Amino acid sequence: MDRFVWSSGLLEINETLVIQQRGVRLYDGEEKGKMDVGILLLSTHRLLWRDHKNHDCCIAMPLSQIVLFEEQAGGIGKSAKIVVHLHPAPSNKEPGPYQTSKYSYIKLSFKEHGQIEFSRRLSEEMTQRRWEHVPVSQPINTSTTSQAGRTRAVGIVGIERKLEEKRKEMDKNISELFNTEPFISQAKEMVELSRSIASKIKDKQGDITEDETIRFKSYLLSMGIANPVTRETHGSGTHYHMQLAKQLGEILLAPLEEQGGMMALTEVYCLVNRARGMELLSPEDLVNACKMFEALKLPLRLRIFDSGVMVIQLQSHSEEEMIASALDNVSEKGSLTSEEFAKLLGLSVLLSKERLLLAEKMGHLCRDDSVEGLRFYPNLF
Amino acid sequence: MHRRGVGAGAIAKKKLAEAKYKERGTVLAEDQIVQMSKQLETFKTHLEEFASKHKQEIRKSAQFRVQFQDMCATIGVDPLASGKGFWSEMLGVGDFYYELGVQIIEVCLALKHRNGGLITLEELHQRVLKGRGKFAQDVSQDDLIRAIKKLKAMGNGFGMIPVGGTYLVQSVPAELNMDHTVVLQLAEKKGFVTVSEIKTSLKWETERTCHVLDDLLKEGLAWLDGQAAGEPQYWLPALFSELCSRDVTPEEASEMVP
Repeated sequence: MDRFVWSSGLLEINETLVIQQRGVRLYDGEEKGKMDVGILLLSTHRLLWRDHKNHDCCIAMPLSQIVLFEEQAGGIGKSAKIVVHLHPAPSNKEPGPYQTSKYSYIKLSFKEHGQIEFSRRLSEEMTQRRWEHVPVSQPINTSTTSQAGRTRAVGIVGIERKLEEKRKEMDKNISELFNTEPFISQAKEMVELSRSIASKIKDKQGDITEDETIRFKSYLLSMGIANPVTRETHGSGTHYHMQLAKQLGEILLAPLEEQGGMMALTEVYCLVNRARGMELLSPEDLVNACKMFEALKLPLRLRIFDSGVMVIQLQSHSEEEMIASALDNVSEKGSLTSEEFAKLLGLSVLLSKERLLLAEKMGHLCRDDSVEGLRFYPNLF
Repeated sequence: MHRRGVGAGAIAKKKLAEAKYKERGTVLAEDQIVQMSKQLETFKTHLEEFASKHKQEIRKSAQFRVQFQDMCATIGVDPLASGKGFWSEMLGVGDFYYELGVQIIEVCLALKHRNGGLITLEELHQRVLKGRGKFAQDVSQDDLIRAIKKLKAMGNGFGMIPVGGTYLVQSVPAELNMDHTVVLQLAEKKGFVTVSEIKTSLKWETERTCHVLDDLLKEGLAWLDGQAAGEPQYWLPALFSELCSRDVTPEEASEMVP
């Protein structure tokens, strides 16, 4: 906490406010310290904090003091925190609330939440480092920058250096991939190109074969570009999805039988990915593969209920059978809720509810909807 | 009648199209596809090079992941769209998020009997971290949010409702409209609401208030405490802090319902 200086809290010219969050307490390392709860502000150049009761009490710290920061999740009776690791204070620093500190880090404790957004913005500012190229009207204390390197105040040098190197490595790696102009502009070019191709396919300009279309779709898949071209024959699928669909057709037969012929798509997702261990499927991969079941004449179907729930269903389990057996079960017991039905059949509550709703839709059951729950009775009307 | 050679006709048509395009200065789509495949190869090589050196960072650093995602968004690509994408295959980004998706689904499923399918992002975060174990990679809330966004593709009602600076994660397809959401946000401070609180803060009539509260009860998102001093309190289990709740098994839960 000895890196902070007293401040008027006014922003300099060319300094912009990025985000502010109330309900924040500052910790000097692990210690709560003398500051109360206040408002934390992030600008393009500094981190400021103002006491929520006494507005005259305001402190600030240049962002250049920050080596790196980490999030610390909240817990029982604890708020989420951001731990900010700092460079040592420069010798010519102006006076602040703490003369010295035995810690080289502070903690920002978010008592009223807001750490997600704050952390994100702080991360952005630390990457952009706008304080380095946007001059402000009044001089701000800049710490000895990382370029100063090896000569430092004794004490926490080892740890600080490691953190600093870690951060530099990360920055360098990120710049290697991201700021490398050719890389980013190449990627953008490809997105543009794909859009142009897609619109031509849509307008049926030129003679593009089926094969070329499929090839194009697989390029889109590789890059992660949204596919604007859907054709009835293949849906949004590619060869990859066709293969997946066939695999699923085999893997899912046994589990589906066990679960009464129907499984929620999220259950399938977990089942398949847990079995794979690596090279997992994305949710979209799964959906796209399932959409091809019918075209590939596999005995499974993707089905979307009115509620939006998506399931995979064995084709052999016909709808009428399911509804008839649901009616039998309900009549036998007099009435059933989805939980009771679920227990009876060994199904998930979600799917048993869908079956009862389906039977109701067909007119075989009717409902009794109260705050005690939704109960189904045979339809005697 | 002259029999027209099909081959000749097709070739002539193509030549005509080519000529038209060259005239207008636009490029044929087929040529563009060839161009794209070449560009893809170069891009892939560049990415492979990077991946061979830095694949570990992605798994280890939440910050790196955030910046990576932001960059992809500006370019216009979705690195998580498919496990078959370059990003997944070479950088391993996919596996990280898809596995997280599995863990999120499992946590939500396990707690559904208690909170009706609504959970705070914080609690979800803590439980996922616990499930991953001490030696697994750390996961940030940003990671969770991105994984959840991807889960929406599977239609099971995954959604996020902003309340008091954080989010409630919904994992069941309950129809929650603006009225429900606003009541949830009101309840966030204490974990419960009363009819009069709603009427005073939101200026609603009794009927609207009761209707919304009844909906929440029916969906299992709210529990009624009829024995509270004063008027009945509607508690939201999703908002229970660890301090004033303990884990209940599905059997116990069904016994407690009147």
